[in-house]
Amino acid sequence: MKILKLPKANFNKFLLGLNNYGEVHIPKKKSEETYVFAPMEDPSEVALEYLRTVIPPKKYFFKPKEALFKHSDGKNFIEHIEDVNKKLILFGLHPCDIHGLKILDIVFGTGYIDKYYFARRKNTLIIGLSCMPDEKCFCRSMGTDATEDGFDLFLSELKNSYLVTVGSSQGDDITNDMKDLLTEITRKDTNEYLKIRNERKKRFTLQLDISDLPYILELQRESEVWEDLGKKCLCCGSCSMVCPTCSCFNIYDKLSLDTKQTERVRQWDSCLFKDYAVVAGGHNFRANRADRVRNRYYHKQHGFVTQFGKPSCTGCGRCIQYCPTQIHVVEVFNKVRGED
Amino acid sequence: MTPQHTLLDYSSKARVENVMIPHIARLVRVIPMVQDNYLFLFRFEDPHLNETFIYKPGQFVELTVIGTGEAPISISSTPTRKGVLEMCVRRMGRVTNALYNLPENSFVGLRGPYGNGYPVDDMKGHDVLIIAGGLGMAPLRSLLNYILDNRNQFGRLILMYGTKTPDDVLFRDELESLTRRGDLECLLAVEQAYQYPGAHPWRGKIGLVTDLFQYVKNINVPNTIAAICGPPIFYKFVLEKLLKMNFSKDHILMSLERRMECGVGKCGHCAIGYKYTCIDGPIFTYWDVINMPELIEF
Repeated sequence: MKILKLPKANFNKFLLGLNNYGEVHIPKKKSEETYVFAPMEDPSEVALEYLRTVIPPKKYFFKPKEALFKHSDGKNFIEHIEDVNKKLILFGLHPCDIHGLKILDIVFGTGYIDKYYFARRKNTLIIGLSCMPDEKCFCRSMGTDATEDGFDLFLSELKNSYLVTVGSSQGDDITNDMKDLLTEITRKDTNEYLKIRNERKKRFTLQLDISDLPYILELQRESEVWEDLGKKCLCCGSCSMVCPTCSCFNIYDKLSLDTKQTERVRQWDSCLFKDYAVVAGGHNFRANRADRVRNRYYHKQHGFVTQFGKPSCTGCGRCIQYCPTQIHVVEVFNKVRGED
Repeated sequence: MTPQHTLLDYSSKARVENVMIPHIARLVRVIPMVQDNYLFLFRFEDPHLNETFIYKPGQFVELTVIGTGEAPISISSTPTRKGVLEMCVRRMGRVTNALYNLPENSFVGLRGPYGNGYPVDDMKGHDVLIIAGGLGMAPLRSLLNYILDNRNQFGRLILMYGTKTPDDVLFRDELESLTRRGDLECLLAVEQAYQYPGAHPWRGKIGLVTDLFQYVKNINVPNTIAAICGPPIFYKFVLEKLLKMNFSKDHILMSLERRMECGVGKCGHCAIGYKYTCIDGPIFTYWDVINMPELIEF
């Protein structure tokens, strides 16, 4: 594995240099505690201190709303893939978000393949960035606090430099092009990394024990925890929108005003929305809020585990931060475990 | 560390056929059967597709009414008779309403086939007991005709079909003519044989579908696979009867209905517990079904 060093003095040049490979998107500060991934206009905009953006990077591959195909007077449905030829560089993804994309790769790439997702995935370079957890991060419990793959380059912050891990052939091309900005790593850098890494380990305060969680959920299906949660949850769907692994969508047709053109649209949906499981004729298979909340929790920590061997949760803390009624996913599972 | 081939992997996945795009088909005929349950016949515009569109009984398609939207519809025809796809559609929601308003010869979109379908290869060599209630005949008619077209590969074949009145019997002419076949025990029942003057007289039985069991003797239960489809109350009584007869739970096949929007296991709407109706179903064994959380009460 190739690991180099980028002195902080060269960092802005490095960011600017990325423009040669595509449109660079970076974490930007929007307001107090609000960060977004957005196009870089100037390297000074990069919010290196950010911990989580409101919307995760899934928005680049699985668009909040997009046309799938169009139909006009002719007989054909014309495929439409937004941004299909756009080269994108996503800078600053923390390990949890890289794992989020790896989970979406499984969802959209298993069985029937989602062409829209992968058309954009193949044109995107991922540049990771290390982080220091806050009290909402529980990625360490999900095994997503570090990653060995899923990036082209990964930057680990030291005091005066970054360690740059090369994760792909394209990442290697970039480091070769920018070799003047990079140096070899030394024993001293390794020691510094270990010191920071051990400090980071101590900073994790939030933990979720998932060892036998699917089994406990099986036993606790009728627990009053879900009924109580159903009373507290507004079913607003915020947690789904900000979740790096939530990928449910709605499909509908949009007709132009002159009724000559149709667009098949898909749009992010949430299993918490009231009409999510309504079938033709009006029957709702999950009419109660408690049923819908439980369904979401069971999908993340039971269904997905049964299907793919790991939870569809990265411990990023977004659902904790953005829930309007302060529902805390770890506290919910602790209650289910009887540890609260 | 393992070598990375993600770019190649992503590129190959970006090149696949786009499963979300329907094929253009023509609505060639509409045959009224019972009220708000018509049979719609479709042909693909691409003649090659009519030959190569391979499906199994029990599978469904996503039907696009252009300008309105898409809905999952089970296929009522059998793959053994190529050329035309037949779908028995209940006038129920937005899309099916729009379909009922389409003139014959209109274009529609079809994509699929989706779902697992009946495990016809595993059913070969077995006796088959088909039990339908009301509109449950729609997907089972595909299975029935498939077996009739491959008759020597299956053992004894029994069909029991029950509806409220003779006016509710789907495929009535077809099924009544099948009662004359010697290689099929075709039993039809209605709860009330109310007939208005001039109506086609009812020659079947009167009673519930479960009452039909008294007319079939010596079912070889260990070698029989039951395929059942109907409304919730139907399942309650039919399952009770089958379990009493000692049917093994994985020898009972059920067809489930959910909101299958994408059909390809991605959109999430048809999930029941940990299964997706669109890819793991819609055909489930009774064993699968009782192990599914949040199932409808029978």
